[in-house]
Amino acid sequence: MSECKTIDARDTFCPGPLMELITYMKQASVGDTLELLSTDQGTASDVPEWVNKVGHEMVSSEKIGEVWHLKVRKTK
Amino acid sequence: MRILVVGGGCGGTILANNLARRLAGEIRDRKVRITMLSASDQHMYQPGLLYVAFGQMMPDELYRDQASLLEPSIDFHVDPVEEFQLEQNRVKTKAGKIHEYDVMVIATGSRIVPEEVPGLREGSETFYSEASAVKMFKSLREFEGGNVGIVVGVPHKCPIAPVEVTFSLHDYFKSRGIRDKVRIKYHYPIGRIHTIENVAKWAKPEFDRIGIEYETLFNVREVDVENKIVKSEEGTEFAYDLLISIPPHRGMEVIEKDKLGDGGWIPTDRHRLTMEGHDNVYVLGDTTNLPVSKTGSAAHFEAEVVAENIASIIKIGAPVREYDGKVYCFIEAGHDRATYAMFNYQNPPDLKAPNKSMHWFKMSYNKMYWTSVRGLL
Ligand SMILES: Cc1cc2nc3c(=O)[nH]c(=O)nc-3n(C[C@H](O)[C@H](O)[C@H](O)COP(=O)(O)OP(=O)(O)OC[C@H]3O[C@@H](n4cnc5c(N)ncnc54)[C@H](O)[C@@H]3O)c2cc1C
Repeated sequence: MSECKTIDARDTFCPGPLMELITYMKQASVGDTLELLSTDQGTASDVPEWVNKVGHEMVSSEKIGEVWHLKVRKTK
Repeated sequence: MRILVVGGGCGGTILANNLARRLAGEIRDRKVRITMLSASDQHMYQPGLLYVAFGQMMPDELYRDQASLLEPSIDFHVDPVEEFQLEQNRVKTKAGKIHEYDVMVIATGSRIVPEEVPGLREGSETFYSEASAVKMFKSLREFEGGNVGIVVGVPHKCPIAPVEVTFSLHDYFKSRGIRDKVRIKYHYPIGRIHTIENVAKWAKPEFDRIGIEYETLFNVREVDVENKIVKSEEGTEFAYDLLISIPPHRGMEVIEKDKLGDGGWIPTDRHRLTMEGHDNVYVLGDTTNLPVSKTGSAAHFEAEVVAENIASIIKIGAPVREYDGKVYCFIEAGHDRATYAMFNYQNPPDLKAPNKSMHWFKMSYNKMYWTSVRGLL
């Protein structure tokens, strides 16, 4: 069964939100959705750029208060 | 009160020594006992591996007997944990012994898993173990020119290592007089050349200045050893003559086997450093799942917080400090200059221009580590 897991990458400069997402994507199974929480303003563009380049699926991206919530589905 | 420390590396040792001093009276009165279980009788200063890979340190300089680093009141056993039985507050060791605890601290570190990337182990040199660092030095010595690629697995400990090894390669080939025959290309997993924005801002013009090429959004997928080509998840590739890798990491197998955390990374409260769902279990260093660099420096600062809190809980019934995400990293910018990055959860590092005195400070720290890990610095 596919899972939805939340990665709390708020307030981190190193390893940083995208590095955290890549770590968890490697652990996830195909079909899983990961929700990344980030307070880094660059995340909103950095994450979709990587997701599109690798060929995963960007499910949603929204900013609630100061926190970006980005959902990504692992496709391969 | 039985305190069990699992792991006698950087974090576990600093924690146990700090605690033994804070609780010297309680230990003398037999109200507290500190036991440490580790997997080795040796303690390795891992940052020294980078210098071994360039022939600047010998492997035997990296080790001390673990027992010699510990306060005499600590009951130390080389007997790794094979089973965590958290519900019963006990662990079972390789020798079959059961150790019960009231408070446990887990600091088992991380391990490299190059086998997760096909071809990486056979096709690349690395410096994340003693044997590989020596082998890398021998390969560098024999190298007479061609394409050198640097690739970075995720996650990895010591996030500064990719840029440090790259600057060191430049200086090494320069010192051998063959820099003009070597093309150095650095590959990095995310969209800039370092995950810390200020490190990326500083390193990029430095790379440009000394002729180091770079490709970002490059997550190594496989190495075609026969044809000497490294390929990325993103669909690009690089033909190499010499490939240097920072291998991907995982936590220890026992952490995964006993379902303490996916990938061997234990879910940890970012301020209290307790394991999620287990208030009497603390987690330190590489094996946490915290969004903090996997460095000795983070392990050190975390160990101080945990030691102070365990001691204060015993003395006054309450913790007194929270971990603020503090990390301090030296950054070697080649063989004779260095700078540093200091940051925490809230404040990014502000990088200064590298200079010679920071490099010599780092070289002194390579020796001072042994004082630091004893808890005297
Ligand atoms: C090449 C390189 C360069 C580095 N450079 C730097 C640097 O410049 N600055 C910096 O801050 N950090 C650096 N680091 C990272 C740093 O060494 C680690 O992050 C640090 O050692 C982590 O401390 P730790 O206590 O979590 O784990 P470790 O120090 O790795 O200790 C883990 C301990 O757990 C024990 N253990 C393992 N399994 C078990 C078990 N089942 N039961 C009991 N014990 C067990 C091991 O024997 C070991 O004693 C570098 C690392 C490398 C490899």
